[in-house]
Amino acid sequence: MTFTLKWMEWTLPTAIFCGTIFLTVIAMTIWQTVSPSMERRGFLPIPTTPGDRLFIGILSSCYLFLAWVGFTQWNLWVLPAIILCWILVVMRWG
Amino acid sequence: MEKWPDNKAWLLVLPVFVIVAFSAIIPLLTVINYSVQDIFGPGQSVFVGVDWFREMLQDYRLREALWRQFLFSGLVLIIEIPLGVLIALAMPKRGWKASAALVTLALPLLIPWNTIGTIWIIFTRPDIGLLGAVINNLLGIPFDHTASPLDAWITVMLMEVWHWTPLVALLAYSGLRAIPEAYYQAARIDGASAWSTFLYVQLPKMRGVLTIAFLLRFMDSFLIYAEPFVLTGGGPGNSTTFLSLYLVKIALLQFDLGPGAAFSLIYFIIVLLFSFIFYQALQRVGKGETV
Amino acid sequence: MKVRKRSIALGIYYFLLLLPIYWMLNMSLRTNASILATFSLFPTDFTLENYIKIFTDASWYMGYVNAIIYVGMNTVISLTVALPAAYAFSRYQFVGDKQMFFWLLTNRMAPAAVFALPFFQLYSSVGLLDTHIAVALAHCLFNVPLSVWILEGFMSGVPREIDETAFIDGYSLPRFFITIFIPLIKAGVGVTAFFCFMFSWVELLLARTLTVTNAKPISAIMTRTISATGLDYGLLAAAGILTILPGALVIWFVRNYMAKGFALGRV
Repeated sequence: MTFTLKWMEWTLPTAIFCGTIFLTVIAMTIWQTVSPSMERRGFLPIPTTPGDRLFIGILSSCYLFLAWVGFTQWNLWVLPAIILCWILVVMRWG
Repeated sequence: MEKWPDNKAWLLVLPVFVIVAFSAIIPLLTVINYSVQDIFGPGQSVFVGVDWFREMLQDYRLREALWRQFLFSGLVLIIEIPLGVLIALAMPKRGWKASAALVTLALPLLIPWNTIGTIWIIFTRPDIGLLGAVINNLLGIPFDHTASPLDAWITVMLMEVWHWTPLVALLAYSGLRAIPEAYYQAARIDGASAWSTFLYVQLPKMRGVLTIAFLLRFMDSFLIYAEPFVLTGGGPGNSTTFLSLYLVKIALLQFDLGPGAAFSLIYFIIVLLFSFIFYQALQRVGKGETV
Repeated sequence: MKVRKRSIALGIYYFLLLLPIYWMLNMSLRTNASILATFSLFPTDFTLENYIKIFTDASWYMGYVNAIIYVGMNTVISLTVALPAAYAFSRYQFVGDKQMFFWLLTNRMAPAAVFALPFFQLYSSVGLLDTHIAVALAHCLFNVPLSVWILEGFMSGVPREIDETAFIDGYSLPRFFITIFIPLIKAGVGVTAFFCFMFSWVELLLARTLTVTNAKPISAIMTRTISATGLDYGLLAAAGILTILPGALVIWFVRNYMAKGFALGRV
């Protein structure tokens, strides 16, 4: 039995993308283990923990990405900056 | 009741995490990889960026399949939830009759999905099927699910309602059984009619199980594949091509790995949003139920 | 008067419920030629030929054996890993518990079609393609989260004082879990096993994608026959009837748990 990962067809951009998410989740887990945060209310309609806010930020960014790609011809390189800002906003005030 | 805070509980969850991650995360990573490449064969691929996403988002067939899917899931909920509740209300409450009613009711749930399709092919064909023959010959209405899109829709809906209403009924029945007899007695003393007993006693008590029934029915009807695949094959034309059928057509039949993967991710993101909303709803119901 | 109307309506529903199944049974007891020649509400020229064919042809009956093997494996695996996890979710608070639970549920709700393609490659790369364990593991994707969900509901119904008393009496967690706790939630385990069996037994897409010949389940063999031999309705109906039987047997065994189990658990 030879287990290879060749069939997964990794590329540099997807590796960076998945790696970033993976590291963020790890970092969040460590942060919450060391100093657990309480639920609180921000501008989102439900009380959230930082973990919830991260998820909401990422999921809404996915929709932003789909809308950007599907309905506009705008430059794709601006998007990561917008998404990063959006996630930070959700994390801080959400 | 506060739960015991203890991070060692992770050790108990670990086996589940490993086994589900193996089947969920590795395939998901693979799909992400495929979605940005044009793949000709093992090790032969070209990076194409977001082209597949753009192509799939602007594909009118995908949009049609999506709207068809929402229509289908909406109809399923509108028909099955009230019907299931009615059946649960009418079912015998105890004794051998209750057992027999439950066992018979659960029967369609344990039939493999493609057998369901087969049953309905045999049942609705105009030449050999009972339903098809009755509608065509006795009522004189031409009915053929292989030719008319409307007939195909009616057949698929009938099959779906026949197949899954029992699940709603079972859940509603268990919710009804959980209501203490004292509530009914109180209602009887107050001289409440059957309707107001239902409205003020039974329905509120069933909120929890009905939420679950709602979620399960929405999600599963949103993912429907095998039954329409066997019954209509997505046709006539594309009239019963739901999201999963279209996805399988692209990814597994035409073997367009890149577009298929992009489609998968779009599909997954839609499902993820609904799962999240429903999960929040479910949590709220869980907290609201103090009894 | 009112009660009568109710039972009549219920009777009509059950009649409609059983009618399509009866029709398939009717078809399965006739030859294909007879089905196509005459329309009949009852089996004319009654024959068991279709069933005999299935029970004597290995490519047919092995389909049932294969399906039962992987469904059994899946039920055992799902219960084994889900029991401790459900206990953790119902009793403890830990980092990421809510997120973890949600992530599990999303897998229950993810479309199988999304995973079918990478699954094929994943299981070929580890050399498990066309084995029973591959299908069993693949079905864990939705059955493990479901089991955790159902079991968690049952376990939360057991007061925590029972655990505390047992721990004070010097029970270790594993010993308490196996000798006291599992017997307490027997009905829940039964209902969970029922659901695992059900969802693994009825699933087609993944089972078909992951098997070639050795582990091919009956449901996949049936679809192949539809496309290949120009539809032998009698044979198809007989095969269909036989796929209903194991499910009917399972319902019969859990019938007493069903009303009780559904009511206790949040399912």
